[in-house]
Amino acid sequence: MRRFTMTRAGDVDEALRATQSAPSQYCAGGTTLIDLMRQDVERPERVVAINRLPLTTIQSTADNGLVIGALATNSDVAHHPKVRSDYRLLSEAILSGATTQIRNMATTGGNLLQRTRCIYFRDPHSACNKRDPGSGCPAIDGFNRNLAVLGASEHCIATNPSDQNVALMALGATIEVRGVSSSRTIPIDQFFLLPGATPDIETSLEPGELIVAVTLPPMPGWRSHYLKLRDRQSYEFALASAAVAVRLDGSTIADARIALGGVGTIPWHAPQAQSALIGKAASREVFRKAADIALRDARPQSENGFKIELAKRCLVQALIEVTA
Amino acid sequence: MSVKSDEAVGSELATSLTINGELYQVEADSRTSLLDYLRETLGLTGTKKGCDHGQCGACTIHINGNRTLSCLTFVAMHDGDEITTIEGLASGEDLHPVQAAFLEHDGYQCGYCTSGQIMSAAAMIGEPWGPDDADVAEAMSGNICRCGAYQRIVAAIQSVRHSKEPS
Repeated sequence: MRRFTMTRAGDVDEALRATQSAPSQYCAGGTTLIDLMRQDVERPERVVAINRLPLTTIQSTADNGLVIGALATNSDVAHHPKVRSDYRLLSEAILSGATTQIRNMATTGGNLLQRTRCIYFRDPHSACNKRDPGSGCPAIDGFNRNLAVLGASEHCIATNPSDQNVALMALGATIEVRGVSSSRTIPIDQFFLLPGATPDIETSLEPGELIVAVTLPPMPGWRSHYLKLRDRQSYEFALASAAVAVRLDGSTIADARIALGGVGTIPWHAPQAQSALIGKAASREVFRKAADIALRDARPQSENGFKIELAKRCLVQALIEVTA
Repeated sequence: MSVKSDEAVGSELATSLTINGELYQVEADSRTSLLDYLRETLGLTGTKKGCDHGQCGACTIHINGNRTLSCLTFVAMHDGDEITTIEGLASGEDLHPVQAAFLEHDGYQCGYCTSGQIMSAAAMIGEPWGPDDADVAEAMSGNICRCGAYQRIVAAIQSVRHSKEPS
């Protein structure tokens, strides 16, 4: 591993200031960053350890939503009573990913910034436009079975690997961010950036900005579910996943939220599929129509065409289960 | 010792942490993983390095009571933490119930993954998991056994869980 300067931040302002003088990375749980530093993929000159910052609280908001501190661990969020009752899809999504050891370390804010599992990105000896802009994308025409069918560009087809982020996308979470002299709230729909010609820029965070919390809207009367399909039953990334939330009026779908995982270059929100459900009586036919709409713009790579039908069936099954 | 905020390259970051009940003052290169510190500096080689990528679970230890991977964290990030390794799990000559159950059920072959399996299981029995063998398999999916002793590992863990149930 290359040498770096470590700064242990005692509060948020110290953390923000520490990133001003050198190319820096915040380190919270370390489960992504330290692995990638060891592989020489991440090369920060400064690592700002933020694991002692007081950002671990999970509490209800005045309107009965939930605010989750950026350093709340994935385990703490998944097992939180209000997450289990009001945001079941988030608990299910988190528990479907990684292992207990990793969920005990990984944080809410860190998971939002989880890097792709594309093998070319993770191999510093391969070209990769995300790791080394302009070097090319060998995944196109290469090993791309696990990669994206939605949101890809001619420069990058890497998949966002997170389960948590798919649930947060379906919930319409907002990301609370601090900069040296500012703070702002980013709707999750505007947080993740499509690769386009700059796949190295993955989010709308400015350099040095720090995620301090994630806020979930109140979801009274909603039911939700996360369904994940993968090559093995545990400790594996999604080939396709569906995060669904619905509010039913009898058997009629009064409102719906849908996001897909494992198929997009970003956690994939499907607003048009949502619209196709609203006002309709719940049925397999209606769900299938919504799934066709959600994947309408999907484009297969050489090895991953199967994902398009798999994602449709995943969404249909998730909707069947959540409305049952 | 309380560190408010500080920074360093190399060996200047002082860290003090408790390992198996003993206080240690660490001055380590900032790149040093907690795993390498335990093994290479302290000689606590019961914690194993398998993949060094967070995939195999051989390096599982407890930090403040939670099972975690010592390969994916820097020792300098653990000032003030309480760490338990396999060397500190027994109480003197009295084995931890999970250690005794692994012996009883022959929950290993080569033994390389065993300390990680036992540390993981010792924490898992206090976590909210369902009662079935399949629940144990899911709970333990972060610990790989290349010999394939899984059935006996599950049996060992279930025997400890059953003995804890109120009769």
